Amino acid sequence: MSSALRNFILHILVLAVLVVLFFTVSEYHSGNLARIMVLAVYAMGYNLLFGYKGLLSLGHALFFASGMYGLGLAMEHLGTSAALAMLIGLVSAFVVSAVIGFLALRTSGVAFMIVTLMFAQAGYLTILLAGKYTRGDEGFGIPQADRAIAGIDLSQSDNRYFAALILFAVCFLFIGWLVQTRFGKTLVAIRENPERARMLGYDIQKHKLIAVIISGTLAGAAGAGYALLFGYAGATFATVQYSIYPLLWVLLGGAGTTIGPLIGTIFMTYLIDISSEYTSAYMLIAGLALILLTLFAPHGLAGVVRKKLLPWLP
Amino acid sequence: MEFGPYLFFASLEGAITAAVLALTAVGLSIVFGIMRVVNVAHGEFYMLGAVIAWWITSMISAHPALGFVAALIIAPITVGLLAIVCDYLVLRRINYDPERTIVATIGLLYVLQQTTLMTFGPEPRPVEAPFNKRIALPWFEFKEGGFALTWPWGLSTTTYKLAVIAAAVFILLLLWLVMSRTRVGLIMRATQLDSEMAQAHGIPVNKVYALVFGLGAGLAALGAVLVVPIQQAHYLMGGDPLLLSFIVVIIGGLGSVAGTIVAAVLIGMSDGIISVFFTPTLAKIIATLLVAFVLVFRPQGLFGKPEL
Amino acid sequence: MAAINLLSTRGLSKNYAGLQAVHNVDFDLPEGQVRALIGPNGAGKTTFVGMLSGRIASSSGSVLFNNKDITQLPAHKRMSMGMAYTFQITSVFSKLNVHENVALAARRVVDGNNAAVNRRVSEVLEKVHLSDRHDQIAGDLSYGHQRLLEIGMGLAQTPRLFILDEPTQGLAESEIDDFIDLIAELSAQTTILLIEHNMDVVMRTAHYITVLNFGEVLDEGTPEEIRASESVQSAYLGKR
Repeated sequence: MSSALRNFILHILVLAVLVVLFFTVSEYHSGNLARIMVLAVYAMGYNLLFGYKGLLSLGHALFFASGMYGLGLAMEHLGTSAALAMLIGLVSAFVVSAVIGFLALRTSGVAFMIVTLMFAQAGYLTILLAGKYTRGDEGFGIPQADRAIAGIDLSQSDNRYFAALILFAVCFLFIGWLVQTRFGKTLVAIRENPERARMLGYDIQKHKLIAVIISGTLAGAAGAGYALLFGYAGATFATVQYSIYPLLWVLLGGAGTTIGPLIGTIFMTYLIDISSEYTSAYMLIAGLALILLTLFAPHGLAGVVRKKLLPWLP
Repeated sequence: MEFGPYLFFASLEGAITAAVLALTAVGLSIVFGIMRVVNVAHGEFYMLGAVIAWWITSMISAHPALGFVAALIIAPITVGLLAIVCDYLVLRRINYDPERTIVATIGLLYVLQQTTLMTFGPEPRPVEAPFNKRIALPWFEFKEGGFALTWPWGLSTTTYKLAVIAAAVFILLLLWLVMSRTRVGLIMRATQLDSEMAQAHGIPVNKVYALVFGLGAGLAALGAVLVVPIQQAHYLMGGDPLLLSFIVVIIGGLGSVAGTIVAAVLIGMSDGIISVFFTPTLAKIIATLLVAFVLVFRPQGLFGKPEL
Repeated sequence: MAAINLLSTRGLSKNYAGLQAVHNVDFDLPEGQVRALIGPNGAGKTTFVGMLSGRIASSSGSVLFNNKDITQLPAHKRMSMGMAYTFQITSVFSKLNVHENVALAARRVVDGNNAAVNRRVSEVLEKVHLSDRHDQIAGDLSYGHQRLLEIGMGLAQTPRLFILDEPTQGLAESEIDDFIDLIAELSAQTTILLIEHNMDVVMRTAHYITVLNFGEVLDEGTPEEIRASESVQSAYLGKR
């Protein structure tokens, strides 16, 4: 069977499992899973840049927040419908990632990490400064009545699950397709040996910028989706912590694999949820996980599977 | 409130920020300059200095000066040793790879911060200064006949705050002497210039790295001990110094200690002044954007060499 | 018959803070020729070729390729105009397999789907005798095979100009012989510029030789002329 077909079937299987899970687990867990799926879209966006392109950004929360506030502010202050607001959120994230990408990509390596971190911090602080509209750290809720598309009430947990699943599925299949295209393979080549790729005639900067934009827009889609489905927009989602999360999820799940982000998000979210019941210092787990992963398992779970068992894992 | 005296007051406050910032940032700068890695947990070493100072001064309940002096010595050394342990356990194993180090030190940040949260608790706790006399701030005025000194109402500083500035200057001078005049300093600079050559000449590069990492952390802790009687010890207090240190080191030029100090003065003063006249948030926004744009358009900072 | 100059430079120079690495070089490479660029160490060969490929920015002067001024173009644009380049120290995608290495080179020039790209990859791998290794991870190959792989990647681009920087360095005798045959085959369709230290290879493959010394063109001529040239001999041997 061709590898393209095999990959496609694999991805469909994952989606099927997610559908089955809805019918088999309790409402508490399906609510969690809905949240996880939306966050996994964030992780997948991050993975495109980090896992496939090899660029480590520490400022992705800016893109997530762009989507979240794009949708949230539009609905709160302009009264737009949910569907249109979703579009606004996406466009906001697209624009922000294009601008940031254009500026930040003039640097690389450690400088790139710091620049993205700085822009994200500036974004967070601006949200605080514009507290009159954004309500700063406190954030604002989006009324249940508004959160409906085509008459379907998205705050209701069944609908919410499937809306999250659809969002996830679209992005998941998109990524699965993208990494097999010329573009996707070129990203990998640039990650592996940028000088060689350059001397084969590939425009490195253009590829990097496109990767940043796609990555940022996906993150924004997750942000907008989160605000819409869970009815809240707040500055916490623009903090450094929310930039660290996707790095953590992707590292744990397996950078450079399509399934890794989902696995990492599931694992880490449950781990943090469980530990936050015992102590308010639950980020300790995150910290330990980062250190241990960097030291002993830089390939993450899916990465190990790919290395030892299934070399064709996309 | 007249502008002149108020500016004087804001400048003094800025000078204190600058002094502590200079110490902290130089710590970060040495680590990057010699080891070529960025330590994101640097702010947490700073915080630990303050927290340990609180522990010590609350244990020594005699004259606050006694406890403070003990803290001034013990806290930086303890933090330095802790840093050396981290270097052995983590940094060395990932071979000081720049990107992996950033990720690992982010993890370290959370471990240190959250452990402090679990043991020290979430509330800020004060530490008493060893001495603390108020000094009214003088200002000049034109009166009939010539200059006269007046003391504008409400503007004052304390002897301790002035002492902090003096202490920071003293420590930095001492550091400069060590780096440029002693054998230890020479070894560190040799390792910075070319670690392979240094190793070929018998310099134990790994040990130097451990020492440098400890020194960087110790300097940050020292800065925090100095500042904790003015602010308070709090488990989240490492965030701002980390950001400001980053800004200072990058603008001053990664690896250039002189540049770091100049930038610390500039940034510390402006942060202090903008915070007094406008809001601290605006000051921070300007500062973060400044770092980003400097890195994008002039990556060598003000004094560094053009190769990041 | 007058050959068209595929590549030319006029007054090409490179200064590094007072040191003139390359000084005022006029250079013409006719299409279809195999040109060797030789000279003692430090003569400026790598710098010169760096300015041709775009990896190094020139201080002054111009580079023309196919009658177009490419002096301001970045390296990747020059490559996409029909140049291929192999590095002095072999640079391939060591974590990817042989097939993917060549495919990456081919994809940029081969239109159409995967099938067309795969066909080109198979052709190229046969030419460089690496067909049976198409599955192997490039980093696991011997150095000589990695070099061949890199040459194959250049071939896959069907370049008009193929620049090879010390291609035989590190190769065993038999591999060098294979390489010479390969060059002979290639020269039918491609213009070739070689930097070489191995005089044997130069004499056996080059149609024409340019000798650089101290950043300037010392001499140019056919292999026989260069072999007989006294100025070249003294430059290499240091006799005056």
